[in-house]
Amino acid sequence: MNGQRRRIPLWQGHWLGLVLLAATLFAVPFVAALGGQAWVRIANFAILYVFLALGLNIVVGYAGLLDLGYVAFYAVGAYAYALLASPHFGIHLPFWVILPFGAGLACFFGVVLGAPTLKLRGDYLAIVTLGFGEIIRIFMNNLNAPINITNGAQGITLIDPIRIGDFSFSQTSTIFGVTLSGPQKYYFLLVALAILVIMVNMRLQDSRIGRAWQAIREDEVAAKACGINTRNIKLLAFAMGASFGGIAGGVFAAMQGFVSPESFSLMESITILSMVVLGGMGHIPGVILGAVLLTGLPEALRYGIEPLQKAAFGRMIIDPESLRMLVFGLALVLVMRFRPAGLWPSSLRRRELSETTD
Amino acid sequence: MDTLLQQLINGLTLGAVYALVALGYTMVYGIIGLINFAHGEVVMIGTMVAFTVIVFLAGSGMPPLVILGIGLLVAVAACMVLGWALERIAYRPLRHAPRLTPLITAIGMSIVLQNVAMIIWGRNYITFPPMIHKEIYELGGASFTNVQVAIVCLAALVMLGLTYLVQRTRIGMAMRATAENQQVALLMGVDINRVIAMAFVIGSALGALAGCMVGSYYEIAHYQMGFMLGLKAFTAAVLGGIGNMAGAMAGGLLLGVIEALGAGYIGDLTGDFLGSHYQDIFAFIVLIIVLMFRPSGLFGERTGDRA
Amino acid sequence: MNHVRIPGVLVVLAASVALIGCGKKEEPKAAAPAPAPAAAAPAPKPEMVVKIGHVAPLTGPIAHLGKDNENGARLAVEDANAKKLEIDGKVVKFELLGEDDQADPKTGTVVAQKLVDAKVAGVVGHLNSGTTIPASAIYNQAGLPQISPSATNPKYTQQGFNTTFRVMANDIQQGSVVGSYAVKDMGAKKVAIIDDRTAYGQGLADEVEKAAKAGGATIVAREFTNDKATDFKAILTKIKAKNPDVIFLGGMDAVGGPMLKQIKELGIKAKFTTGDGGCSPELIKLAGPASEGVICTQAGLPVDKLPNGQKFVEDFTKKYGQIQIYSPYSYDAVMVLVDAMKRANSADPVKYLPEVGKTSYDGVTGKVEFDEKGDIKNGAITVFEIKDGKLVTLKSEGGTAGAAAAPEAKK
Repeated sequence: MNGQRRRIPLWQGHWLGLVLLAATLFAVPFVAALGGQAWVRIANFAILYVFLALGLNIVVGYAGLLDLGYVAFYAVGAYAYALLASPHFGIHLPFWVILPFGAGLACFFGVVLGAPTLKLRGDYLAIVTLGFGEIIRIFMNNLNAPINITNGAQGITLIDPIRIGDFSFSQTSTIFGVTLSGPQKYYFLLVALAILVIMVNMRLQDSRIGRAWQAIREDEVAAKACGINTRNIKLLAFAMGASFGGIAGGVFAAMQGFVSPESFSLMESITILSMVVLGGMGHIPGVILGAVLLTGLPEALRYGIEPLQKAAFGRMIIDPESLRMLVFGLALVLVMRFRPAGLWPSSLRRRELSETTD
Repeated sequence: MDTLLQQLINGLTLGAVYALVALGYTMVYGIIGLINFAHGEVVMIGTMVAFTVIVFLAGSGMPPLVILGIGLLVAVAACMVLGWALERIAYRPLRHAPRLTPLITAIGMSIVLQNVAMIIWGRNYITFPPMIHKEIYELGGASFTNVQVAIVCLAALVMLGLTYLVQRTRIGMAMRATAENQQVALLMGVDINRVIAMAFVIGSALGALAGCMVGSYYEIAHYQMGFMLGLKAFTAAVLGGIGNMAGAMAGGLLLGVIEALGAGYIGDLTGDFLGSHYQDIFAFIVLIIVLMFRPSGLFGERTGDRA
Repeated sequence: MNHVRIPGVLVVLAASVALIGCGKKEEPKAAAPAPAPAAAAPAPKPEMVVKIGHVAPLTGPIAHLGKDNENGARLAVEDANAKKLEIDGKVVKFELLGEDDQADPKTGTVVAQKLVDAKVAGVVGHLNSGTTIPASAIYNQAGLPQISPSATNPKYTQQGFNTTFRVMANDIQQGSVVGSYAVKDMGAKKVAIIDDRTAYGQGLADEVEKAAKAGGATIVAREFTNDKATDFKAILTKIKAKNPDVIFLGGMDAVGGPMLKQIKELGIKAKFTTGDGGCSPELIKLAGPASEGVICTQAGLPVDKLPNGQKFVEDFTKKYGQIQIYSPYSYDAVMVLVDAMKRANSADPVKYLPEVGKTSYDGVTGKVEFDEKGDIKNGAITVFEIKDGKLVTLKSEGGTAGAAAAPEAKK
């Protein structure tokens, strides 16, 4: 067990790999732009979801707490940004104030919502977190009266983009002779943030806290008996996951320039959870893969379904939009059917699974 | 007073439907500890099949009640097959997989079923043909229809029948044994696969029944109708203590009444700060409060850690 | 084991690059016909393909409305093609690129970008305000005119963009007509208002409340539901106790249908009114006999009273079946774009965008003229009553009521 757990962090000793990785990451927005800026936007959302999925991975993958209301923290972060950087209240704070504030607020909500659920287990926890997610969304949708805070279902418009001095992320500009469009600039910002969250995830995985989470995931009673303060450790998982959600929300609000409650539906929570599970719970590369695939697949199908159907049947039989989500659903089922531990599970999980005879 | 009575009647009818759907969740959960997230979609398919049959037979000159009966039977049969297929395709191969895996297949199946329904029955709202002529009765200033009476009575009958099935028949005994301990039940000669398949089939049949009730009560159907209904029913099942049949029934009825009373009175109680726009969260707030004090729901036994 | 890891990550990246690469390969194929018409010109008259984008949710809970919008736009494109218009000496073939935004703001921006990439000449859409607003920033940057057939949120056109237009009256225009009709013409003293907590329902209900209060009525109940609900008995029971003269619903027909039936079951005597979201044949279908006597409003003039309107209704029903709600507007939106191109004698957005603002077009929903923000000018509002299962016009209000006679007189 112990020998297996010790692993060399990704960034040590693999210089060639790292350089290649960096080069690929750098090339993505330019290669994607050849196919149109839409692909850059898709790449951006993919990274945003990587971010969210890794945040949720702390709660679900590491600590084993099934959270179906993760989108609530995403919403808190997005609304925090929207309210503090838009004409709605006439406040225009810079992003480096709001993003940490949003993260802190989401973290606070994480603890507040986590506290009553500490005693709950498994599916009871799932439904309560789901409830919290819906409660937050419904409040966002209705807090336009008696005092107009969130502007209700109409949402908040004209949110400031992320801006450093005169350098705005939403406009096209030329740096060192390279023309960068708005989405491309956001891409680099998102990659930087994603690298940050990946580092935190990796450091956490093998830290004392990470091991405590794992202990709780495997057997909470035993973990408690071993002297782990399960209450604090669980709250910490909620708080950390929530903070990442809050940051992602802030970036989302800045990127879109508009937020409304419909972006934070239950379906969004379910999608993020699917990314974590489909990729391989608790395994960072797996979760990244899950997020990239589930964001990219529906979009790729948008381009692919029509020619595919024509090739198969010679004409359009079913309108492509209905088929797109159908294929997406089928893919979820099939992947889980043939790779129950996820597409790219951690070696530890895989071993556990093959050993279980239950 | 008549308003309170009316709200109770509203809540009970809604609750009876929730209870039937909740039973479908709880039967499956009680036996294999799995949330069948696609159950709401089974209910939707039930409504849609009944709709198709009824529309097809509407011109045949048969008495309306017979047509409704045939529609109901076909829908129940179709959903039983669907439930069986769901178990075979999406759940049985994953019985020993990590606990969250079947959750994702369930979500996948529910997306598939929704889109299949959209392709077959179209995107538009469908008017469910009213087969029963609605009579409106008055009682102490409150009014209700014969359809509501039928729904509550039918739900009660089904629940009685199900209790009999689980408590008194061989298959019921096998189900209880499997729920208690799969391995031991296996050693005692219980065909586990059959029992689990039965749980899905019976749960889906109840879903179809609930679907027909929803269809004839609201006279409207849509391929997305299963999602919210399933969510509410699942909440009801957890409220009562998931895996516990009496709990599902009580949870369903309670949820229906809470929603009706919540929407009806909370605005007056809070000086219109919380109005009926928060209708959908009363259920969750009650659920959270109940679970804080009884972490396994109202009727749930304290079980070991399933996570 | 560690060695497996790194290449693994690369495989993923390579795969995603390949995925993107695929999009790249496909793109030129799709975009090819647009900018290069000169190459393929064997016929005496050179042809030119002009792409018009259309976005609406084609999957999800309001997919039926999305498809309806798309069908309206599709019919317009066919009609425009049948006219064999000539722009800049070339016969124009319009092509509709229909996209699905799933009513999701995030997907809305991705498809908006996709349309910009595909070099469409203009966009009709989106359906919801929630997707229309974030997408409008992208169209604005690209300088593409965007005409929404159905987004009613006033903020859409208040962002200071010169590319945003709408052919549908906004909430303020419609709400004041319904509210004052209820008070003045129906003589309501006590009004109950229900909205479905969507941007549309909330906005409209707020305006009705203002107008009804201004007319001297009291709001006895303000209740709420959601756009997916089917059970309204709890709020209706509460409303019944308040004994209102008129109930107003800010919501869609799918909510209105079952609500009307439940109103009848509960024995509520109040008159039922609603806005354009519920003012449709669909409502009559869903509510059955319970829809008798409902008063509702539609933006624009009654379709069947306009010369173009009748033909539209016939053609549309023959081709796609029942009109849901907004297809006449998406039809007009396409026609407005085409009309502006014709006047500018160019399909280049830079050249014809100024012409869109100067539009004066007799559409199937009435006269289309925009104010400086891009909202429809003096949008007419027509009040209907449902009688014997049909929408019967009671009266039309708004500036173009007078002008309504003009196109008829001309013909």
